[in-house]
Amino acid sequence: MLSNLGNLLLFLNTFLGITIIYYSFENLKSSKSSLSSKIYKYSLIQSTSIIICFFTLVGAFIISDFSLVSVYQNSHSLKPIFYKISGTWGNHEGSLLLWVIILTIFSFLFLIFNKSHPKKFRLYTLIFQNFLILGFLFFILFNSNPFENLTPIPLEGLGLNPILQDPALAIHPPLLYIGFVGSSIYFSAAMASLVTNYSESSFASSIKNWVLISWSFQTLGILVGSIWAYYELGWGGFWFWDPVENASLLPWFSMTALVHSLIVLEKRNILYFWVIILCLLTFILSVMGTFLVRSGILNSVHTFASDPSRGVYILIFLSFMIFGSLFILFRKYENKKYFINPNSKETFVLVNNWFMMFYLVTVMLGIFYPIFLDALTNNKISVGPPFYNTVIFPLVIIFLFFMTIGPQAKWIKNRFENIKILIFILLAAILINFTIFYIFKRYSILSNLLVISSLFLIISSLIDFTQSLKKSKTDLARIISHLSFGLLVLFIGLNHHFAIEKDFNIKLGETKNFKNYQIKFQELELKDYSNYKAVIGKLKINDLKKNQEKILTPEIRIYNNPQTLTYEAAIKSNLIEDYYLTMSNIDRSEYYNIKFQKKPFMMWIWISVTMISFGGFLRLFKNAKNY
Amino acid sequence: MQKTIKLIIVGIFILIVGVFYLSLNKNSNYDTRNLVGKKLSEIHIESFYEDKYLTNDILKKNNFLLINFWASWCSPCRTEHPILMKLNREKNLSIIGVNFKDKKSNANLFLKNLGNPYDFLAKDELGKHSINFGIYGIPESILINNDLLILKKFVGPLSTADYKEIKSIIIKK
Repeated sequence: MLSNLGNLLLFLNTFLGITIIYYSFENLKSSKSSLSSKIYKYSLIQSTSIIICFFTLVGAFIISDFSLVSVYQNSHSLKPIFYKISGTWGNHEGSLLLWVIILTIFSFLFLIFNKSHPKKFRLYTLIFQNFLILGFLFFILFNSNPFENLTPIPLEGLGLNPILQDPALAIHPPLLYIGFVGSSIYFSAAMASLVTNYSESSFASSIKNWVLISWSFQTLGILVGSIWAYYELGWGGFWFWDPVENASLLPWFSMTALVHSLIVLEKRNILYFWVIILCLLTFILSVMGTFLVRSGILNSVHTFASDPSRGVYILIFLSFMIFGSLFILFRKYENKKYFINPNSKETFVLVNNWFMMFYLVTVMLGIFYPIFLDALTNNKISVGPPFYNTVIFPLVIIFLFFMTIGPQAKWIKNRFENIKILIFILLAAILINFTIFYIFKRYSILSNLLVISSLFLIISSLIDFTQSLKKSKTDLARIISHLSFGLLVLFIGLNHHFAIEKDFNIKLGETKNFKNYQIKFQELELKDYSNYKAVIGKLKINDLKKNQEKILTPEIRIYNNPQTLTYEAAIKSNLIEDYYLTMSNIDRSEYYNIKFQKKPFMMWIWISVTMISFGGFLRLFKNAKNY
Repeated sequence: MQKTIKLIIVGIFILIVGVFYLSLNKNSNYDTRNLVGKKLSEIHIESFYEDKYLTNDILKKNNFLLINFWASWCSPCRTEHPILMKLNREKNLSIIGVNFKDKKSNANLFLKNLGNPYDFLAKDELGKHSINFGIYGIPESILINNDLLILKKFVGPLSTADYKEIKSIIIKK
């Protein structure tokens, strides 16, 4: 029953997509300056029906309707209701439906929130967006249908992978999707702008809020995924340069560049084509990331059961997007000459963009190189953290200096009035840095420079902040995001430099000593839970220097549906440091392998990223208020 | 000038899409089965009894060579042992055993109890040299000819079917 309803709604949506494209072209011919009411009506029906379609699938997961293949494969009747619901988008088919919903809702909202813009521009945006919607609907209908039937109906489902049964992972996909699927709307708007020659600064104002929405959500989405990997996968860090993590960074870099260059386009009416390129690039990179993950080319924690036909479909779709947008861009491209003063805000924004492009290209090389090498020469290699850390971090130092000076600069022509203050801040940053390293007695040039440059940004942002409180016209959003980025780099630097890690094998009752720590394996307990069994270790960690004791209880879980073994890290965290411990069994032996880590300021890394994205939301809120 | 840049950009994207297409049909998991049909280039294994390395000459002595990776702590290795003993009687075939991450005394005891099917015995105490043969678990066996070409890989214990297959390969020649 639900399967029929779902399929019906999918067909209805396909029909509506075609209808909207048809009426939009019709409407383009008419001489009236306003949009036909039919278009609003159909767009509203389109959004409503896709939402109903999605809730039909959610409903099927809640009542465990195993006649649907996607429910049978990813759910189980004994699963807690929360994970039944989140299971809806925890698989390939359901998550594609989420794609289409976001495409559709953004299409509708863009239509109703941009009434002040020219009709032609709005209609073309709608047309391009509906082509994207249709592309994904066809993909769902013909290749990855979540409403596919199964006969005979199985009595029980296969269950959701236990590592996905987690609150962070329940919200990770929707957040991330709002981010990178949301970027579709400015892809469509950019195409429409090219087609209709709508190249004024008002184009920038039509998309800036959409860019902010997608950027803020993308930031949060990446953060949640990262937190999940930290406590669930037991890797014990915040970023691993895993190919799939990196794939989500690519659109983030181009979005960040876009957020900044849009300001220039809006204020000075220059850099139009660069903004267009970034708009197109962001969504193309998002779809490319989806392609790499879903086709199984990249191996990672995101193991969607891979199926080459999916890859072929997305690749064809991606090629259409790339070559279609290149075709239109090249036809419309004009080589405009602008004069930009090297010492002006415009230049500093461009510097930000260069850095973003540098990071983007670096990460892209890291992802592509192994794929190219394997495809062309059959050699298998993997590019890991050493590559990224060596290439990216030294440049972050310079980047931070520009990030401090840039926002202070004036449009068109700048003069450094506050150079004395900047030098003073720099000296303060250096002083604080050496105090930190003097107290902790460790030394590394890179960490020192990272800490100095981030402190430079933090202190000057704080001064900005106190000054802005006095003024009426403030840019709090920018200050918060920049300050938080400075904090992020600072805490990453300190975290990296002062972390302690120790690996060893230990058996019950044994005690191990290292540095000023003592670890005792006190107890081993076996517990039965409703959907898994757990082997729980109890380890006492003694900090001999501070005379502190901590009990950590890592677990090995054996899940029944599907049968899986997971290792749960034991984490004790506070604002200053995290104690992190994972335990795994060694075959045919009474020994357990223990990995102990002490990581300073983990909490602050999470807080900083949240604040970066908060800056985006704040700007959005302000724009909405002015609107 | 602008035209060249445009062409280059289009070219780059065509290359990317093309490579993506090629990768679609590839298995991205590391799989040692791909090694079949390739030549072993440099062989670097230590002799079990003496403090020296086995050379390519020993490997080329006979028409066919089976390299078997085993350890005393590995129970599937016990299962396949009788088959190795049977293969030992084949004239056209030498067998090298590579003792993998094992203790010397245990390995000796294993061979004393179950018999020694190996014409040469080598060791890989740290399990590092075996990686060059594409070994990721034991038991595994590799059948090569005297050109050092890999004819067949057997992952897991050798079965009676494998025994027959090896026999048919070595008798053909």
